[in-house]
Amino acid sequence: MKTVQETSIVSAKLDNALPRRQFLKVGAAAGGGLMIGFAMPSFLAGAQAAEPGESAVGKGAAAATSEAAGFAPNAFIRIDRSGQVIFVMHKVEMGQGTFTSMPMLLAEELEVDVTKVKLEQAPPDGQRYSDPLLGGQLTGGSTSVRGAWVPLRTAGATARTMLVAAAAQAWAVDPSSCSAANGVVSHKASGKSLGYGKLVDAAAKLPVPKDVKLKDAKDFKLIGTPVKRLDSADKVDGRTEFGIDVRLPGMKFATVAASPVVGGKLLTTDDAKALAVKGVHQVVKLDDAVAVVGDHMWAAKQGLAALNPTWSDGPNAGFSNAVLVAAMDAASKNPGAVARNDGDAAKAVAASANKLEAIYQLPFLAHAPMEPINCTVDIKPASCDVWVGTQVPTFAQGVAAKITGLPLDKVQIHNHYIGGGFGRRLEVDSVAQAVSFAKQIKGPVKFVWTREEDVQHDMYRPYYYDRLSAALDDKGNPVAWTHRVTGSSIMARFAPAAVVDGVDSDAVEGAKELQYSIPNVHVDYVRHEPPIPTAFWRGVGPTHNVFVVESFMDELANKAGKDPFEYRRALLDKSPRAKAVLELAASKAGWGTPLKPVEGSRVGRGISLQLAFGSYMSLVSEIAVNKDGEVSLTRVICAVDCGQVINPDTVRAQLEGGVIFGASAALHGEITFEKGRVQQSNFHDYRVLRINETPLIETYIVKSSESPGGLGEPGTSAIFAALANAVFAATGQRVRKLPITTEALKAA
Amino acid sequence: MLTLTINDKPHRIDVSDDMPLLWAVRDVVGLEGTKFGCGMALCGACTVHVDGQPVRSCVTPVASVVGKRITTIEAIEKNPVGARVQAAWRDLDVVQCGYCQSGQIMSATALLQKNPKPSDKDIDDAMAGNICRCGTYVRVRAAIHQAAGNGAAKKEA
Repeated sequence: MKTVQETSIVSAKLDNALPRRQFLKVGAAAGGGLMIGFAMPSFLAGAQAAEPGESAVGKGAAAATSEAAGFAPNAFIRIDRSGQVIFVMHKVEMGQGTFTSMPMLLAEELEVDVTKVKLEQAPPDGQRYSDPLLGGQLTGGSTSVRGAWVPLRTAGATARTMLVAAAAQAWAVDPSSCSAANGVVSHKASGKSLGYGKLVDAAAKLPVPKDVKLKDAKDFKLIGTPVKRLDSADKVDGRTEFGIDVRLPGMKFATVAASPVVGGKLLTTDDAKALAVKGVHQVVKLDDAVAVVGDHMWAAKQGLAALNPTWSDGPNAGFSNAVLVAAMDAASKNPGAVARNDGDAAKAVAASANKLEAIYQLPFLAHAPMEPINCTVDIKPASCDVWVGTQVPTFAQGVAAKITGLPLDKVQIHNHYIGGGFGRRLEVDSVAQAVSFAKQIKGPVKFVWTREEDVQHDMYRPYYYDRLSAALDDKGNPVAWTHRVTGSSIMARFAPAAVVDGVDSDAVEGAKELQYSIPNVHVDYVRHEPPIPTAFWRGVGPTHNVFVVESFMDELANKAGKDPFEYRRALLDKSPRAKAVLELAASKAGWGTPLKPVEGSRVGRGISLQLAFGSYMSLVSEIAVNKDGEVSLTRVICAVDCGQVINPDTVRAQLEGGVIFGASAALHGEITFEKGRVQQSNFHDYRVLRINETPLIETYIVKSSESPGGLGEPGTSAIFAALANAVFAATGQRVRKLPITTEALKAA
Repeated sequence: MLTLTINDKPHRIDVSDDMPLLWAVRDVVGLEGTKFGCGMALCGACTVHVDGQPVRSCVTPVASVVGKRITTIEAIEKNPVGARVQAAWRDLDVVQCGYCQSGQIMSATALLQKNPKPSDKDIDDAMAGNICRCGTYVRVRAAIHQAAGNGAAKKEA
């Protein structure tokens, strides 16, 4: 996701902002070898400056994440005497390919074999690393590569320069006459060579070079090539250990039921019945949740069923979608905090004879990653160990410290591969719950939520209610545009400093950054909180706003009687990169040519454009709608300009996956409430796309040497409007409310 | 006590007859390559082979598979078709988060054992029960074609 600090991690700025000597620490590693500590920026760096409010994150986390102004490395490269390169970092792998792209950046400059770089996950071994790995350890926002782009290559280049200098010193030759490749320094004239392992101790004693030069893009050997995923083999063999696979001696298994209504309390349980189930050991209770502990998940599940907990529903017993939408509609009539104001849009719309107004609605969404929520905890009198896959290890550590009352350094987070994050693992609600239960349990216990618990107790993507209006001139071009977003502020809870003058940067992201030339633009934000917790979801702000903006643009084109592609193109003279991807997508899709008919169905093509996460993207989707109103997505064409490509195969994989993730939600995704309860429970009623519903996906990448843009999320945020606009092209029905429902699309 | 034959090894375990095979495999025997995803045979993450047939272990009681040959992801490489599927998976870099992939590979292997040259439609029918939230389906399809030796299996444009 992106925050107000996003710009601070644009590499060029970062490069200028941090004096080099502050940026790197080099020295001898304990036990021999060369150690380079450096800072990879956190996307929350700015937000931490403010005092975070009391939140799910908690005060402990605030303490853990707030960092002194001084330099403290949060990433380390260690090269030992055998020449083994170990890279310790705080990013977590959840499918996005970070564990491959990060070593590529390092290996490119360090001149080592990328497949031989060993990754170690933070937190570090305290004996070995002198500096704590603190300070906004966070994976999210399609930021990993963007944040690491300059610092990681610089660290690699610095290490390589020092290793070359050490070799030159040993041979009494000029460093410039030596070269490094594949972990070996060579001196061509004498034919001498030494492996990095033989040079590390001498290199560690050398002064740190001030200004190492990074390679020109034309000299890249790895960056830009389809390097194979380094985590593939283990995942194909079923050997990768996810959080849910943790096994400890004497470990028990637990499963959980929380109050079906947020704010409800546990009333009664039938403990005797639960304890009578074979393999059940213990029933543990919190105010609003209960867990059964057993020898295995089956015992715990059966115990929970026998326990038959009852609940008081509390203040949210009457909460429903109908109640929420009525309240949001009322709230959206009041002016909001202004995110952008060019000219006088309201006046221009009021004065126009050719205007359009619309309300768009987007539902709550669950994340439903394939790996259900889980957390393993072992609390001893003076320590707490937590095994979990998390995007925010410092938050997990903070919340566990707070609940146990232990100091931070007595809480150890053992981070794991994540079986799908999508924003869910940015939250530590389940860690807090597990640690609270574990305080009552002797020995290690693994908490696993059932899928039903996972779907019904997620922290949901907020419901959004957007009001738009626009005025067109006599040629049909937009002269004024207003967009009022009404919805929950995730940032107010997660990173309060990202809410400036009442504007949640995430809630308006993608609405504020209109790429089109429109003289009068007004974007404002009305905060409206539902009584349930909300959270980031893949594509964050743009997943919401790009759908709304690009659908409404389509409405304007239609009102102007113009082709939606040509209409957009004419408004992009000031944004050449946006215009280029739009044209590329349209051309590859054969925009304007007739689609192949599908018997018994109406077919259509839709287009969308976005600038999000530092990447420009345009999608064209082709769909067929059958007589029952069921929409099939048949083909998607992606054109992307994401700046310098690190790994083109990862780009394709992320776009394919992102499109499918977004299309799942556009076509099926919806969490609804009735009597305070979530009405969906598992994959039969919270449907996601399956292979038989998967379109052909073609990706076209614009060659560019601009700084890299993020890729984990743009495919998701771009597909909603491309799909909805295709529905309009096929059926004449405008999708103003997601998910796309079949009822309105039935053939007449 | 009952005995399960998993990957050619007998395991004597003391569990109730109705315990789903998934939990016996994961929690009792300790083979954790087989994954829990939904508990209702909706997602396919828990797919194992019972006498060569793909089975959703999360809804298969242990008592029903006593005396049968159970194969999990940990041993699928010993099956020549399974080994070919895994090789194609590595070659095309199918995985993302990887969590569902054990189940995908077990389902794909079962498909190719029954139908060595599946069409796209055959793949849809056999694989529609396996959900991947990362959306690796495009590559799952390509990898199955590649493992089948269908020449057309290439990555998308």
